[in-house]
Amino acid sequence: MTLQAAPGSAVPAPRILPDRLVSPLRRFATSWEALLLAVAAAVFVANALASPYFLDVWNLSDATFNFTEKSIVALAMAFVIMAGEIDLSVGGIVALCSTAMGEAAAAGLGTPGLVAVGLGVGAACGLFNGLLVARLGLPSIMATIGTMSLYRGLSYLALGDGVLKGYPADFAWFGQGYAWGPLSVEFACFLALSAVAGVALHRTVFGRAVRAIGSNAFAALFSGLRVGRIRVVLFVLTGLASGLAAVMLTGRLGSTRPSIALGWELDVVTIVVLGGVSIQGGSGTMPGVVIAAFVMGLVTYGLGLLNVPGIVMSIVVGAMLIGTIALPILVGRALRRRRTA
Amino acid sequence: MSAASPPRAPDGVDLRAFLARREMLLVVALAALLAVVATRFPSFVTPRSLGGVFNDTSILIVMALGQAAVILTRSVDLSVAANVALTGMTVALIDAHHPGVPLALLVATALGLGLLLGAVNGALVWLLGIPPIVVTLGTLTIYRGLAFVLSGGAWINSFQFTPAFLSVPRAEVIGVPVLSWTAVAAVALAVVVFGRTGVGRSWYAVGGNPTAAVYAGIDAGRARFLAFCFSGLLSGLCGYLWVARYAVAYVDVASGFELDVIAACVIGGVSIAGGIGSVGGAVLGALFLGTIKNALPVVNVSPFAQMAISGAIIIAAVALNTRAERRRGRIILRPGASRPAPAAVAE
Repeated sequence: MTLQAAPGSAVPAPRILPDRLVSPLRRFATSWEALLLAVAAAVFVANALASPYFLDVWNLSDATFNFTEKSIVALAMAFVIMAGEIDLSVGGIVALCSTAMGEAAAAGLGTPGLVAVGLGVGAACGLFNGLLVARLGLPSIMATIGTMSLYRGLSYLALGDGVLKGYPADFAWFGQGYAWGPLSVEFACFLALSAVAGVALHRTVFGRAVRAIGSNAFAALFSGLRVGRIRVVLFVLTGLASGLAAVMLTGRLGSTRPSIALGWELDVVTIVVLGGVSIQGGSGTMPGVVIAAFVMGLVTYGLGLLNVPGIVMSIVVGAMLIGTIALPILVGRALRRRRTA
Repeated sequence: MSAASPPRAPDGVDLRAFLARREMLLVVALAALLAVVATRFPSFVTPRSLGGVFNDTSILIVMALGQAAVILTRSVDLSVAANVALTGMTVALIDAHHPGVPLALLVATALGLGLLLGAVNGALVWLLGIPPIVVTLGTLTIYRGLAFVLSGGAWINSFQFTPAFLSVPRAEVIGVPVLSWTAVAAVALAVVVFGRTGVGRSWYAVGGNPTAAVYAGIDAGRARFLAFCFSGLLSGLCGYLWVARYAVAYVDVASGFELDVIAACVIGGVSIAGGIGSVGGAVLGALFLGTIKNALPVVNVSPFAQMAISGAIIIAAVALNTRAERRRGRIILRPGASRPAPAAVAE
């Protein structure tokens, strides 16, 4: 698994050992990322045809807002899922971070302090998840179902049915500001982080270790990897990413309710799985996840332009989640049948 | 593990000792909880009040039984609450627009639709081999979305239902509401299915050791499929019960209830690793959670604290389960491996 890097090619390591060598171009053309890219292009064109306003540069900039925060969490979640774990508590972490920032703002803390509070609470929540999974050995799905209720529950406990909105004016910069022309701060941040995540996954020992743990945690342990420590780090990173998303989302909305970011875990996991990351761990690529984020964003934005209500959109998201996993299985089965016939 | 013991579960001494542990623990915890509440609010522990608590927990008990079957096979069904919302909305719409349809047909519709939704989950898991968590995470939004599509987002309120639709779960038979009797009947059904049928035993076998189960001639995928069907069937029934009990149907009915259901199972000692669990455990887990929910307002704890408390309970229960299971199997590469083998716990 870890020894099959394709030297000299920009294409990340393939998921299966090929029967015979194929050219890098052909390998890319038949890869999951190419399919995703084609889907993204198709959705883009469809949107452009459906609405005359779509291609406006400011409209495109607006279109990025509804998915960048989730995508940032998805970058970290991709590592967690590749390591064979899952974190269902990200929505809860965002809620708790946002609540903590709201309370801090009410206590008169300035913008740098608020950001520190948001990131700090996120990292602490992630650390707690990581310790439950790595130290106590709990299955991550159950542990994070528990912490999902716990974190959001703490948020409800603090706020009840109330709302916090006493944020300083310059705090909105994270969610509403622009870094350069129509390039929003959020989107610039996402692009930078995806580059970092791509390098970390495909060009560092850490990325290799994560995938090694995902394909066989026992073998990774026997190979001398600090499996427990890496797992903790992954959960802390996811918590940190959720904290950052909370800073942006809170800055964008300007208010905090305990129901903020409800159901995000579904969207985030969908982006990661849509990006070709195996839910069983061990394989996946960062370009795939980033393209999948664009597909999700374009689909939901396009449906929004068509006045489709949010809950119907979630049907599409759910169907995409199942469909993207079912499709390769069905295609593979059909190919195998043809080959044997 | 349980699969290794003979089907006559209650007679197997080791199995009995093992089950007695978690169930006794829960009984003791439940008694302690009631005792603490009773010291300040004696009226909470009157038979009438406790009957109310049981009635209030009935739906949770029924759904926990279905979920226990799924979890036994190393799967998880996150779509149960969405199933409740969709079946509940469907029967509510039929009842509101066609008051002539007899109640028996409506209940049959709820059961059938629930079964169908469960079968869809099961088929995706069985035939396509998609991990259950992904399947049910997807169908959870699809089912609830369909409830929206069906109703157009509108609410069905109490005055739109026929009187029979609303009154049957409340009707008292021998002084106990039909809703409670339904839970009792579901428990009886589950005792038979889990312990006395080939299907039930295959759930234990598949969860305990899928490879061994296949060698024993059990179709693991089919067993899993049937577990999802069982869970869907009971969820469909609860769809009707929920709407009739609260006399309202809307898209967000039972939102997040899947967590309570899973929590009830985990508290009851049903192992997420599969193969371990009992009907009694699931029922007691549901009762424990239900009692806490009913006791919180009595002891003046904010209802907003409920979510955090159930989260903390889930984590504690999972930690407890994990500790209990860790002693199974070979443990290599652990410092202090020379300590004596723990006696008479597993196996």
